[in-house]
Formats: sequence, C-alpha cells, structure tokens
Amino acid sequence: MSQYLLSMHTAEGEVREQPTPEMMQGFMERINALEADMRESGAFVFTGGLHGPDAATVVRSKDGEIVITDGPFVEAKEHIGGFYVINAEDLDEALAWAGKVVDAINHPIEVRPFHDSRGG
Amino acid sequence: MTRVAAGHRGPPDVEIVFREVYGQAVATLVRVFGDITLAEDAVQDAFVIASERWRRDGIPPNPAGWIVRTARNRAIDNHRRARRGRELYEQVGAGLSATYGFDPGNWEEDEPVNDDQLRLIFTCCHPALRTEHQVALTLRLLGGLSVDEVARSFLVSEPAMAKRLVRAKYKIKAAKIPYRVPGHADLPGRLRSVLSVVYLIYNTGIDSPEKESLRSDALRLARSLVELMPDEPEVAGLLALMVLNESRMPARVREGDRVLLRDQDRSRWDRAMIQEGHAIVRACVRRDQPGPFQLQAAIQAVHCNAVSFDETDWPQIVSLYDHLFSIMPTPVVALNRAIAIGETEGPVAALDALDAIGSQLDSYYLLHATRGSLLRDLGESDAARTAYERAIDLAPTSRDRQFLTQQIDSLPTEK
Repeated sequence: MSQYLLSMHTAEGEVREQPTPEMMQGFMERINALEADMRESGAFVFTGGLHGPDAATVVRSKDGEIVITDGPFVEAKEHIGGFYVINAEDLDEALAWAGKVVDAINHPIEVRPFHDSRGG
Repeated sequence: MTRVAAGHRGPPDVEIVFREVYGQAVATLVRVFGDITLAEDAVQDAFVIASERWRRDGIPPNPAGWIVRTARNRAIDNHRRARRGRELYEQVGAGLSATYGFDPGNWEEDEPVNDDQLRLIFTCCHPALRTEHQVALTLRLLGGLSVDEVARSFLVSEPAMAKRLVRAKYKIKAAKIPYRVPGHADLPGRLRSVLSVVYLIYNTGIDSPEKESLRSDALRLARSLVELMPDEPEVAGLLALMVLNESRMPARVREGDRVLLRDQDRSRWDRAMIQEGHAIVRACVRRDQPGPFQLQAAIQAVHCNAVSFDETDWPQIVSLYDHLFSIMPTPVVALNRAIAIGETEGPVAALDALDAIGSQLDSYYLLHATRGSLLRDLGESDAARTAYERAIDLAPTSRDRQFLTQQIDSLPTEK
C-alpha cells in the first residue's frame, strides 16, 4: 500500500464565478459523498483546504539565525489550494480516486506519490 | 550500458537470439524481482555468460528460460558476494522478499510466460508516462535495443537517452505504475496507447535511412502483440496496416527521390506481405468489430489490391474513410478523405473538403501539399505554387522539401 498526494492548484487572481447557494450545496454534497466513499474503502488519510499565499510566512536559517519573511516560498502564479492524502495499492488506483475528485470539484488534480516508509 | 553482444563478438545468430529473448527475459525478471533496473542488470550479466557458453556449446533449446535462470542465479550470487557469508545471505533473502515481493524459495517455478511481456508493455505505455518515454522504454525493454541504438533512432545522444530512460523508470517505481494487464474497463484505452506507441515507432522509421530498422522493430513488436492478444482485432489491424505499408516500401523511393503512390512501380511491391496483410484484413472483416487501425488497414488493402492508380476502387476508399471519420474524427482523417474525394468527384469537390478543415490543419505541410496538387490539376499553376511554397516552409524533412521543390519545378506555366 502506498500513499499519494492529490493536490488542487489554484491560480492567483483567477476570477471564479460566484457560486449560487444551489451550486455550493451541490458541491458540498458531491464532496461529502466522495469522502464517505474514501473512508469506507480505507483510502482516506487526510484532507485540507489552505488559505491563499498572502497568508503564508517563510521561515529560513541565515547565519545561524532564524529569519521570518512575509509571503510564499515561491512567487508563482499557482499555489496549492487544497489536497487529499490517500492510500492506494498502485498508481492506477490513485488515478481512479483522482478522477472522482476531479468530477466532484471540476478542477485539475496533480497526483504525487509519497516516499514509502521503507524509503522506496 | 551498451548491448553486451556488441562487445563480445559471437556468431551473429547468438546476437539475434539475444535481441529476440531480451524482452521476454526482462519481462519475466521484472515479475520475479519487482524492479526493472534489477531485471535489466541481471539479463546483461546472463548475456555475458551466454555469449561465451553458447558459442562453445550451442544455443540451448529454450534460450529465454536459460537466460532467466542464469540471470536469477547471478542476482542471488551478487547479493551473496555483496554480503559475504551464508547467514547474511539469509537476511538479504528475507530483505529481498520484503522489498521486491518475491520468495527465493519459489524461484524454480519462474519459467517465462507470455503474459509477462504483455504486462511489461502496458507498464511501458502507461498514460502517466509521456509519449517519448513510452517509446524509449518500449524499444529498450521490449524491443531489446541498446540505449545507444534507441538514442540514434531518435537523434539524441546516448547520455541524453540514458537519462530519459532513468527518469521514466524512476517514475514507474516511485509512482508505482502497475505491472499488469489492465482490467476490462481500462483495457480499450490502455491498448490504444500501446498500439499508438508501436505505430509511432513504425512511422519514425519511414523516410530516414538511419532509422529504417525501427520499422522492423515495430513489426516485430506488433507480431508478438498479435500472439499475446489474439482476441483483440485492433492489434491484428495494426499489424495488417504496417505490413501493407511495408509492402510498398520498395517502390516508395527511386534514385533517392520520393515516388507518389500514383507513380509507383507496382511490380516492386512485396506480394508476400500484401497476401499476409489481406488475409489479416479479411479475418478482421469476418470478426466485424471495426476500429481505427482495422479501417486504416482496410484502406491500405484496397490500395494494394489495385493493379494501377486509376483502377483503384476509390468509392470503396471514400466509404472506408467515412466510416473511419465517424469513429476517429480527426483533421488528418478528414484530409485523407478529401484526397480520396478528389479521385471520385474531382479536384473542386476535394478543395471544398480541404477548406472545411483548413483552419485546423493550417500548420500541417501535407494540407498545403495536397492543395497544391489539386490546384495544379485544375491548371491554376500560380495558386499551386503558393500552396507548395507554404508546404515547403512547414515540411519536416529535407526529403519532403526536395520532393515539394520538384513539384514546383514541374508546374506548367500559366497561360
């Protein structure tokens, strides 16, 4: 069994259509059904949604001192907006879950394997 | 890592056997070891031993089985030596089981089975790998080409190709791309990906002398796929398509110049290949599960059936293109359909059909080359010249440009 990160990348300043309450409700229903499905099959490990890069802080070491700066680590157009960590037997199984997430959130997903505990 | 046989000058038949059994041996050892690089290294080791022993004792009756057994034993020996000592070897054996998912106690049972190669080709052509990596892996692991041979086929340096292969194998391992034949639901899509890779390998071998061997590599891969998946008509369709294309190769070039189908000396076509291709197409028609490769093969079968260009059954070809377009509505299919319409309804109808797809294929040289030849048929030399010039700007190879320049030179002056 391996673990995979399914991450959703949002573009900064991307103008998204203001969802109607009906759209939001449909969205939440799809997400809830998906996560129930994940939990039931043992695939679910963890999920989270993130605040935007404006809320990010970078911590680094400089000349032995910890230095704190405002902003994201990489000034990029796209940032991780949310993610799932799932268990899957292999990439095909992870891709099948990713397909379900894409259907639920209508947004592309990047699938990346974790190093396994044996260091593979 | 170059192919061992090249460094150990054995009789050529030993090298041919190496190439034939390479894919089978690697595929089986990937199953045994659960690791592609380990499998490749073990096969290389076994080839070194085989190149001495086979020259002395002759080629064994089951060369692939011999290579797999020898490779497996060498892999054990290497681990033994590395760990120095029987007790440590036991631990390593246990470690190997955990890491690679095999039990050394069962190794005797691991005779090569055909499904191994099928599993491996689905791994190599997994859609999570980019096409150039799929192609390189397939040629290296299934086709048994050396890294250097694969590199030369794609006009990149050996280190660049080695890097590409390492990256692809890294992704297979890290992301756990499975080593199995896809289930029923995924099979059609995954199989399409495998067949496209083989066809891409074939087409890369057309019109460039240094890449010609890719065509025989692709044919060899297709033949083994037909053997492995006898119930998939598209696999047979791909083989028929390539065999029928190949049958015309002897007439395709004359004194270094490209010869169009219209002008080819049909007596130079390979009759045995045409018979083989026709037989496969007939079997596909009887099965009645048409798909893109089978329909393209059927179109080539009609061409190969004609004693001359003028006696080609063009209405049949147009109707096959109609069918093909209904399941594969790409602009390139539409372009070929337009060319066939030129033969049934004349150049004006064909130009109308081209206009319908012109915006999608504006950067495709064959669209402009086709327009040029249709305009020439209408006696519009100036317009034909403009179209040919645009085609030259877009043409991918010097041989294409040379051919198109000749077309311009042979245009009659407009009255």
